[in-house]
Amino acid sequence: MARLTPANEQLARSIVARYPVPKSATIPLCHLAQEQDGHLTDDAMAHIAELVGCTAAEVLGTASFYEMFKRHETGTYCVNVCTNISCQLLGGEELLEHAERTLGVRAGGTTADGMFTLEDVECIAACTEAPALQVNYRYFHRISTEDFDQLVDDLRSGRLSDEVPPHGTLGKVRQEIPADKVANITPPEEQTEPVWIARHRQAAEGGAS
Amino acid sequence: MAEGAVSPELARVTSRWAVEGGHTIDGYRASGSYAGYESIRAALDLSPDQVSGMVKDATVLGRGGAGFPAGVKWGFCPPGVWPRYLVVNGDESEPGTYKDRILMERDPHQLIEGCLIAAYAIGAAQVFLYVRGEMAHAQERIAAALNEAYAAGLVGKNILGTDFSVDIVLHWGAGAYIVGEETALIESLEGNRGMPRLKPPFFPAAKGLYMAPTFVNNVETQANLPWLVAHGVDAYRSVGTEASPGTRLIALSGHVNTPGVFEVPQGTTTFRELFEAEHYGGGIRDGHELKMFIPGGASAPWFFPEQVDLPLEGRVVGGEGSMLGSGAVVVMDETTDAVRACLRVVRFFARESCGKCAPCREGTTWEEKILQRILDGHGRPSDIDLLLDVADNISPGPYPTAAHPGAGLEAVPFPPRQTTICPLGPSSVAPITSAIRRFRHEFEAKITKRDSIPVAAAPAQGDH
Ligand SMILES: Cc1cc2nc3c(=O)[nH]c(=O)nc-3n(C[C@H](O)[C@H](O)[C@H](O)COP(=O)(O)O)c2cc1C
Ligand code: SF4
Ligand code: FES
Repeated sequence: MARLTPANEQLARSIVARYPVPKSATIPLCHLAQEQDGHLTDDAMAHIAELVGCTAAEVLGTASFYEMFKRHETGTYCVNVCTNISCQLLGGEELLEHAERTLGVRAGGTTADGMFTLEDVECIAACTEAPALQVNYRYFHRISTEDFDQLVDDLRSGRLSDEVPPHGTLGKVRQEIPADKVANITPPEEQTEPVWIARHRQAAEGGAS
Repeated sequence: MAEGAVSPELARVTSRWAVEGGHTIDGYRASGSYAGYESIRAALDLSPDQVSGMVKDATVLGRGGAGFPAGVKWGFCPPGVWPRYLVVNGDESEPGTYKDRILMERDPHQLIEGCLIAAYAIGAAQVFLYVRGEMAHAQERIAAALNEAYAAGLVGKNILGTDFSVDIVLHWGAGAYIVGEETALIESLEGNRGMPRLKPPFFPAAKGLYMAPTFVNNVETQANLPWLVAHGVDAYRSVGTEASPGTRLIALSGHVNTPGVFEVPQGTTTFRELFEAEHYGGGIRDGHELKMFIPGGASAPWFFPEQVDLPLEGRVVGGEGSMLGSGAVVVMDETTDAVRACLRVVRFFARESCGKCAPCREGTTWEEKILQRILDGHGRPSDIDLLLDVADNISPGPYPTAAHPGAGLEAVPFPPRQTTICPLGPSSVAPITSAIRRFRHEFEAKITKRDSIPVAAAPAQGDH
């Protein structure tokens, strides 16, 4: 149970500053909290509410809509097997069944050692590479049952720890907007006609008269 | 995998897919079918109206699903109302669809330059790139590219030393198909549950993000703009058809020998060529024959062998009872169990319904339940009609369908009618009517001769 660390709070403030309205940062901040703790805690949601200027209930209301936010502990590795149509046609459902047997849990469950959470997911945009799966949102294409067993071995032994960070980490590169390069991030009501539009409009009006 | 364009002349948005380092700013400038970041330079010498005019004259069709011309959409904005926002839809979640992710991963600068061109033309002071939450690598690539572009003075304040200034912000989704619908996308971007808004009055061009005029365009739509500005309207229109010029990306998946994502001329390529040509699908999976195919993502009514000679042209496909949608073609051979495939697609819509309207929330759940019991061998004789009845409550009247000359059935053109707020509910009807109209005997066999047929091994799916 944790609020954002001071370093993460600072990062969170820089994310909030990118939006004309702070509440827009809710989902990015939930990701940040999930990256910190592996899942989304009540304390983190309360902290996020303070940062974006709404209630903790509103943050929960938003977060609970989205599949990726886990409000309970999950495995270090979330293994998401796609069983949607393109993958189903090439063995996605059989792959999931194999995964259930190999890991000893049903889809939705977490292994006793806390290592793996298995999920039966919808299309992950890798349909031409079916059957496909993701581990902590990193792709593995055209996975046979043998490939799956190898993958589990590699994850357990830490051989893939560079490629697959712990659950919650999304992109390892973050956008940074240098303060002196920001164009014009202000609340909507403070925005006026952009200068280049005004210049061309005036030129056209001037030309017409 | 097989991928990209057949020839360099056809490679417009895919020209850097195979280029080592094509995703970096230096790679973007040095390779590909036009010189990177020279298009925005050229656009800045034109007036915003001239740039919009090019997009309109070229007929750049939206690649997100509806195929609506981007230039016409940009014209819907009420004049003199500020601010205006541009939101790029990178939520790609339609089953079968796989193109925006590759565009974002392999050529992020192309997308950024497309955003700059659009923002300049429509007067947007801020752009949001909404990338699907599950696409960590695409997010990394876009973040890195934006950092490079800001540092180079190509995004942000006074771009290329002019008075054109715009911020581009990478935003992440968090897993919800419905957020691809543009008003749900806007809700999500405001930090809310991703539920579609009621239209009217909430057409994004009039009342979008923060109730300001907002343009939502697909990743691939934006990615076409730098090439268009570099080569001009006539060049853009030199391939494809009058109504659907240019190229488009097609993800060909399922039972073909060489599945892949291909950049094909719009309108002139046929499904047969796509399935059979060496440079595309390489034929139906060895030794098998075509049973049916989905021409435009899971939401599209199915096509059958009678439709293979149709061109990949939005209007033609629409008139023949389906849609090209998001460019996802899924091929199914004769080993495919129609009931099982139908259930899988329906289950997707049942899971992804946002729950805002009753016909969709309740209807998709019932459709899934009924199909599951038919597949499990517990179907009742009345179930087929019950399915069609539930479907009719979501989408009344004749549902779009392909012609079935053998049964004397004519095509019912797209789109379907709906009792719902958004098209997700009606999309769940597509596989049901398609499969029942064509393969009713398979449904009946599962219901009446339940012992004589092997029930396909479907794993338990948890309790939905
Ligand atoms: C349920 C639903 C899901 C959608 N998903 C997407 C999507 O993932 N990506 C996308 O670009 N458009 C999607 N759309 C279409 C968008 O609402 C919108 O029309 C599109 O982004 C506009 O871009 P375009 O004009 O460039 O095609 C979806 C629509 C619906 C109804
Ligand atoms: S049709 Fe379905 S997804 Fe669309 S608004 Fe209604 S309940 Fe939500
Ligand atoms: S259907 Fe599995 S990745 Fe698209």
